[in-house]
Amino acid sequence: MIHQYKNNGYNIVMDVCSGAVHVVDDLVYDIIALFEEKSEDEIVTALSKYKKEDVLEGISEVKALKEEGLLFTEDEYEEYVTDFKQRKTVVKALCLHIAHDCNLACKYCFAGEGEYNGDRSLMSIEVGKKAIDFLVANSGNRVNLEVDFFGGEPLMNFQVVKEIVAYGRSLEEKHNKKFRFTLTTNGMLLNDEVMEFANKEMSNVVLSIDGRKEVHDRMRPTPNGKGSYDIIIEKFKKMAELRNQTNYYVRGTFTHNNLDFSKDVLHLADLGFKQISVEPVVSLPEEPYALRKEDLPQLFEEYDTLAKEMIKRKKEGKGFNFFHFMIDLNQGPCVAKRLSGCGSGVEYLAVTPWGDLYPCHQFVGTEEFLMGNVFDGIKNTDIQSEFKLCNVYAKEACRNCFARFYCSGGCAANSYKFHGSILEPYEIGCELQKKRIECAIMLKAAMEE
Amino acid sequence: MKHIKTLTNKTLKNTMKNGGCGECQTSCQSACKTSCTVGNQSCENNK
Repeated sequence: MIHQYKNNGYNIVMDVCSGAVHVVDDLVYDIIALFEEKSEDEIVTALSKYKKEDVLEGISEVKALKEEGLLFTEDEYEEYVTDFKQRKTVVKALCLHIAHDCNLACKYCFAGEGEYNGDRSLMSIEVGKKAIDFLVANSGNRVNLEVDFFGGEPLMNFQVVKEIVAYGRSLEEKHNKKFRFTLTTNGMLLNDEVMEFANKEMSNVVLSIDGRKEVHDRMRPTPNGKGSYDIIIEKFKKMAELRNQTNYYVRGTFTHNNLDFSKDVLHLADLGFKQISVEPVVSLPEEPYALRKEDLPQLFEEYDTLAKEMIKRKKEGKGFNFFHFMIDLNQGPCVAKRLSGCGSGVEYLAVTPWGDLYPCHQFVGTEEFLMGNVFDGIKNTDIQSEFKLCNVYAKEACRNCFARFYCSGGCAANSYKFHGSILEPYEIGCELQKKRIECAIMLKAAMEE
Repeated sequence: MKHIKTLTNKTLKNTMKNGGCGECQTSCQSACKTSCTVGNQSCENNK
């Protein structure tokens, strides 16, 4: 399967099933579009605007790459991935809901201002230790284990975060495990003590900020309705510097209110942040800030604008990373990883403050997805089986999509939110994902020059 | 080649032999939490 497109003056050809990516001239771009449908003579006739010898030369190059298995390859992974997904699995990552409470009142919060449609609650150290025990016991031979401190706002329960980290570390040697802790915070309670601790113990820190002050303050107010930008911004700058501008993200959400989100990304870059992620809001159409299909053309343009500006800044020595444009063409994940999904409900689980287990943080509070708890383990194995078999071949919309080896079939929670099924992808999310992949590959082409 | 520049010729098919060890990062632990970002991750065995 071939996906070919033009972006920023580059003709890009993706051989989807092998993962090979080529930059070609106009001639070969046109040849590839005809190659499978037409004979050599027909291609020469159809491309009479080019010299015949050039067309023949182009065809011979295309043929050579086809023989090498780098063009027009077939998808031969279905059986492999289906078998792979049926193997015995382990739990390798937990999202700990340290606090179902928050000191902000962000309007787009999928957690309902931190409470996940339930009561305000903080995780106890007993539940936290049990969660770590559960992870170690269910992780088989896997060495690297990931634990994210999430909420709500996890720093509202910082003492328990510290105790869980200490407990995890105390188990590493005995069980041959290595914990990678991460923290997602809105920054309101960030102080020197937290920074010092986080910089010692957290392999990644996600700092929530939406971009420009007016954009941020509109969607991320304090409970009394004031903006939070001025409270957090200097702290985030300090945190990023203390981490040497690596192993962190400033992470924002864009909505229908700031369709010109490239300005928010560049605002963060102008402040000196080098690791930036600004991502589309995922919300149902009745919300006034929800992204709509008619927003897509503008959002595509924004991604293009951002990509071009990133090339410019990189060449000026002022480059930065944009999470959604990161793509690893040479040492990226294996095909098993690419096709088997994010691991939610199987390798990755969320733990509520009282110890219940859900397939991921976004399913918390939806009772039909309650899988068990950290004290008794997984009780509802039907949910686990459903997620285990969720892969791109189980999703009709993904089978012929060029993006399937990059997005892995998309987010199960988004699918459920929009369609009531984890197997039916969320269309706006898909369109944006496809655009981002195209931009990311164009960036690679530009950086090769 | 005169008309084609290959950016990557690493084929996914080759990863079928030794892939699937599972040591890599879970996608949602990186930054997103609202999408699925697999293609941008690195293989733990190539680090």
